[in-house]
Amino acid sequence: MSAVTTAPFPVRRAPVRAVGPRVVRNPWWVRVIFMTIALSFVGFFLLLPLVAVFVEALRKGFGAYFHAFADPDARSAIRLTLTAAAIAVPANLVFGIAASWCIAKFNFAGKSILTTLIDLPFAVSPVISGLIYVLVFGAQGWLGPYLGAGDHPWLGEWINQHDITIIFAVPGIVLATIFVTFPFVARELIPLMQTQGNDEEYAALTLGANGWQTFWHVTLPNIKWGLFYGVILCNARAMGEFGAVSVVSGHIRGETNTMPLHIEILYNEYNFVAAFAISSLLAMLGIVTLILKSFIEWRHMQAKTS
Amino acid sequence: MASPFRQRSVLPGFGLSLGFTLAYLGLIVLIPLSAAFLKIAGMSWHDFVAAVASPRVVASYRLSFGVALLAALVNAFFGFIVAWVLVRYSFPGRRIVDALVDLPFALPTAVAGIALSAIYAKNGWVGQWLDPLWARGVGKLATVVPWIDWKDWLGGTLAFDRPGIFIALTFIGLPFVVRTLQPVLAELEPELEEAAATLGANRWQTMTRVILPELFPALITGFALAFARAIGEYGSVVFIAGNQPAHSEITPLIIITKLEQYDYRGATAVAVVMLVASFLLLLAINLLQKWSRRFSAV
Repeated sequence: MSAVTTAPFPVRRAPVRAVGPRVVRNPWWVRVIFMTIALSFVGFFLLLPLVAVFVEALRKGFGAYFHAFADPDARSAIRLTLTAAAIAVPANLVFGIAASWCIAKFNFAGKSILTTLIDLPFAVSPVISGLIYVLVFGAQGWLGPYLGAGDHPWLGEWINQHDITIIFAVPGIVLATIFVTFPFVARELIPLMQTQGNDEEYAALTLGANGWQTFWHVTLPNIKWGLFYGVILCNARAMGEFGAVSVVSGHIRGETNTMPLHIEILYNEYNFVAAFAISSLLAMLGIVTLILKSFIEWRHMQAKTS
Repeated sequence: MASPFRQRSVLPGFGLSLGFTLAYLGLIVLIPLSAAFLKIAGMSWHDFVAAVASPRVVASYRLSFGVALLAALVNAFFGFIVAWVLVRYSFPGRRIVDALVDLPFALPTAVAGIALSAIYAKNGWVGQWLDPLWARGVGKLATVVPWIDWKDWLGGTLAFDRPGIFIALTFIGLPFVVRTLQPVLAELEPELEEAAATLGANRWQTMTRVILPELFPALITGFALAFARAIGEYGSVVFIAGNQPAHSEITPLIIITKLEQYDYRGATAVAVVMLVASFLLLLAINLLQKWSRRFSAV
């Protein structure tokens, strides 16, 4: 299966080779041209936007910058983003471990179809990811009529007495976040566990360990870096998701706005300093993600060469 | 628990892990996705066509697919050069550039959107130089080739018009090309190029006849991945596109607009068209990867 939104965990990446022997080297002027093109492209399209976030955020000084975080709506947006990620990431982590255990450790019919289906959310536009939850849980949707307080004799008493709102409320935001980050952990773990094989688990079982002991003491230590890699990418996407969350949120200030949605509101109100100040938090999260990611890749390379 | 459906294994936990995986997959992904298809099953053919083929919607398909294609092509070209420089050359700061390539995965799309529009707007860092140039170029084209409405095609300004969509989609797509090419490029054996050199090929011939054919499957895959992502992209584009109806309005925005008018069926119909397009693309990408793996196995 393909990498539809993430770079793969570097199980498959070979070490980068330095400049080769003389005959396979490009002439110096070709190297200068290639370097100039590559670096200016990366500079204009990647580095400049990142720098711009911080410069725009500090345009009116540190006072205005920190003032943006004093706004109660901003704080509630930050809290909601953290909440959504705190539910979505562990949920997809447990799923990723279960999925990779059955796919990588066993042979069964329909395995490749299952692997393809797990990647499906990456092929779906974020807007559509939100829309499908509106179709299921919205007022006009499948379950809509049963979610409000009412008299449905075959539903539990608790459900009949409570108004359960999913769309335009926090549960919808959490569900949409789970959907868009669904494959992240599984797709890092499956190839990793497949290359590791089952031999160590067999040895543990032979020595008398039970299933959980084998998992905790043998499998988990082997996959921990791949797992961490999947989790940080999953987390970055969970905190930054915009399209899907925008459809299900309802944009109620102070209640159902996540950080990216709050940025949109501030930006549309021409409150640029505050918009970029909140953005700078997410940009810092992005930078930390990139640093951790490079660190794990570097560690992996070290382990491979030693 | 031996069955014809799976091979026997001494490892425990198959039933539990598969059961959980299928239940979670069904609840989170498959049932909600099928809701979209069931919703349009209740529509008459006439209503469906009216929703997905109205002039404004068709204009959005043309824009979304056209600009995504253009951005993926540009990414294929520049992504190749970036991957080449990262794999073949050693220079100070290479690790930082390598890490930076993943920025579009790590930076939230809304943040990317407002940052790009700040840079490429008329008073932005790049926009203050490039925007007048763009406007003058489009104006000149209009005087030389007056029978085409260049301003409508190319947009009068960089940000908040069609070029902005292109800028955002290029930003989003770059890592797909670079990350697909990098491992293939790193595994390319220098012996191959040495052999070409000893047989009398110059660097240009080696590049076009030896290296590029080897990289071609990976390049196409990276291009297709960037294209697939760009079609569905929403967050970064809405901030920089200007969103003028039937001019710089992308298809995901059409879905949002219809939802805001409580036209759930219309929104779902357009969504299903996009879903089918991206599933077909996903299928094509899978076949491409099988094909490229066959090549690399040789």
